[in-house]
Amino acid sequence: MRRLKTIQALREAIDEEMARDSAVCLFGEDIGAYGGVWGLSVGLQKKYGERRVFDTPLSESAIIGTAVGAAMVGMRPVAELEYIDFITECMDPLMNEGAKLRFMSGGQVKVPMTVVAPCGAGTSEAAHHSKSLEAWMLHEPGMKVVMPSTIHDMKGLLKSAIRDDNPVAFLWHKAMFDLNEEVPEGEWTTPLGVAAKRRPGTDVTVVAYSLMASRAVEAADRVAPRIGVEVIDPRTLNPFDLPAVLDSVRKTGRLLVVHESPRRCGVGADIVRQVVECEFRSLKTAPRVLAGADLPIPFSKPLENACVPQVDDIVRAIEVIAAK
Amino acid sequence: MAVDVEEMLRLYGLMVRIRNFELKMVEIFTARMKAGDFPGALHTYCGEEAIAVGVCGVLRPDDYVFSTHRGHGHALAKGADLNKMVAELNGRASGLSRGFGGSMHLYDPSIGFMGTTGVVGGNLPLCLGTAYASVALGGTFVTVAFFGEGAASQGSFHESVNMAAVMRWPVVYVCENNLYAATTHVAVNCPLENIADRAKGYGIPGAVVDGNDVLAVREAAVEAIERARSGCGPTLIECKTYRHHPHCMVIPEHRPPKECREWHAKDPIESFAASLMRIHATTRDTLDAIEAREVGLLEAAVKFMRESPLPDPATVGDYLWA
Repeated sequence: MRRLKTIQALREAIDEEMARDSAVCLFGEDIGAYGGVWGLSVGLQKKYGERRVFDTPLSESAIIGTAVGAAMVGMRPVAELEYIDFITECMDPLMNEGAKLRFMSGGQVKVPMTVVAPCGAGTSEAAHHSKSLEAWMLHEPGMKVVMPSTIHDMKGLLKSAIRDDNPVAFLWHKAMFDLNEEVPEGEWTTPLGVAAKRRPGTDVTVVAYSLMASRAVEAADRVAPRIGVEVIDPRTLNPFDLPAVLDSVRKTGRLLVVHESPRRCGVGADIVRQVVECEFRSLKTAPRVLAGADLPIPFSKPLENACVPQVDDIVRAIEVIAAK
Repeated sequence: MAVDVEEMLRLYGLMVRIRNFELKMVEIFTARMKAGDFPGALHTYCGEEAIAVGVCGVLRPDDYVFSTHRGHGHALAKGADLNKMVAELNGRASGLSRGFGGSMHLYDPSIGFMGTTGVVGGNLPLCLGTAYASVALGGTFVTVAFFGEGAASQGSFHESVNMAAVMRWPVVYVCENNLYAATTHVAVNCPLENIADRAKGYGIPGAVVDGNDVLAVREAAVEAIERARSGCGPTLIECKTYRHHPHCMVIPEHRPPKECREWHAKDPIESFAASLMRIHATTRDTLDAIEAREVGLLEAAVKFMRESPLPDPATVGDYLWA
């Protein structure tokens, strides 16, 4: 065993996939000689050359367009956006073209590409560098969305994303930048569409992903043994492991979904819908969604924290739902 | 580069094929609309045939083309199957995109035709990808991106041309300036006399050609394609042209009648026919035989379409994921 940080895990995944498949390439702003603003590509240009790892102009639409077009003809590009917030600059090539191309062409084209971007609040970077935006992408049929919560999954899921034949948005949370966990030596992949049970329990099911998964585990530890909380981390939102959630809800009869992005029309709303449609009779009380405020992310720390579920908020929400 | 008469007659045949196809589609769409149906938008290429044929006529089968919302001509010029084209525009399962795409989502990657698009300028970022692939794979294939003068106002135009220029990627940008973006005159879209004048701002060559003269378009394309293929980067070609029809089937004619008449007099097919007979000793009989052949192929394609089933609704989700 050894210890890895987030960026090391992501870089190791890309490095291994580039060694394994010559169709894999990596590009974005500052990705070449500098190694990426987050360090994603440190050493990779030197190892794989300027044709496979390169700097682009500051031009998100061109970056994503390059990835889509290259994927259409058999390459397997990984494109970095320095923040997922900048996806607004490239929504057309990604959503109108990349995500839909296979469908629009009647199955003639495939688009195996991965967009890697940091997401989330907690770094005082305010309204243009703090969003998550997974709900936007989930609303585009054809996009896969991956949001890992552990170092092990950072590597395993990114490798699966790169090998997937469809466009994948891989969002890692900035507040996990310094996370440092023990992982095995060597290679592994984590399949898309398979949830992880982060903690077993019989009283309340908490579904949480990305940073909120670890906060949910912390909250669950705090209410134990008084309340037995089962934490389900779906890890990928499309595909989504609904059976894992339904299995847990059948056991607990209580569902709380926690996420950082806004509550309105959010991922939680859709998870609750699916559970109510499929497993209504198992529910002992109304499911709840604890989510980010329906607001832009503000700058000052107390304001920023007020917009994002904290461990205390999750504890309170668990207590409320357990008491019903 | 000299073009022999046989090649010229091939180009002429392709132009006729596109014209006949468009007129037949107008006929079918009009009949359906009169019957109370709305068969979708139809952006015809009539009047602009010399551009698609002039450019695609010098491409290799492994070169790529990214097209526009007005893209039937580009597809046919790159070699798309006439039967499948007619079928797709009429929503048949036998269509080029199996009925999932329609006029603005035509694809045939097997011949390097990477798609028409419903978003003006939406193709411009994508053409970078196949151009990059050429470099990454050590190939010599090039990519052509067609777009209108309206698309040149989109941010995607700037991002695409700038990146291709910086990276010296093998793209040929072909602007089809037909003077109107839907109903908006080019003067509202561009303060310069020529869209191609913008090339200077990217440090690449720009050329303005008569878009109704297939051989002039071809000459410019040969130079730009050769430049791209040899690793010298992109070129911006602007083809001045005019469409015979209003923007699409549902927007009434809005252009000055005198302007329409003047451009109709410069019809690219008629003027090419005239020069073939005048300069290259082609006979009217030869041209008539080409016309008759194309009419026959189109009739067969319409028959193919009418005999093809509509898609099975049960297949609607089949092509979302690879």
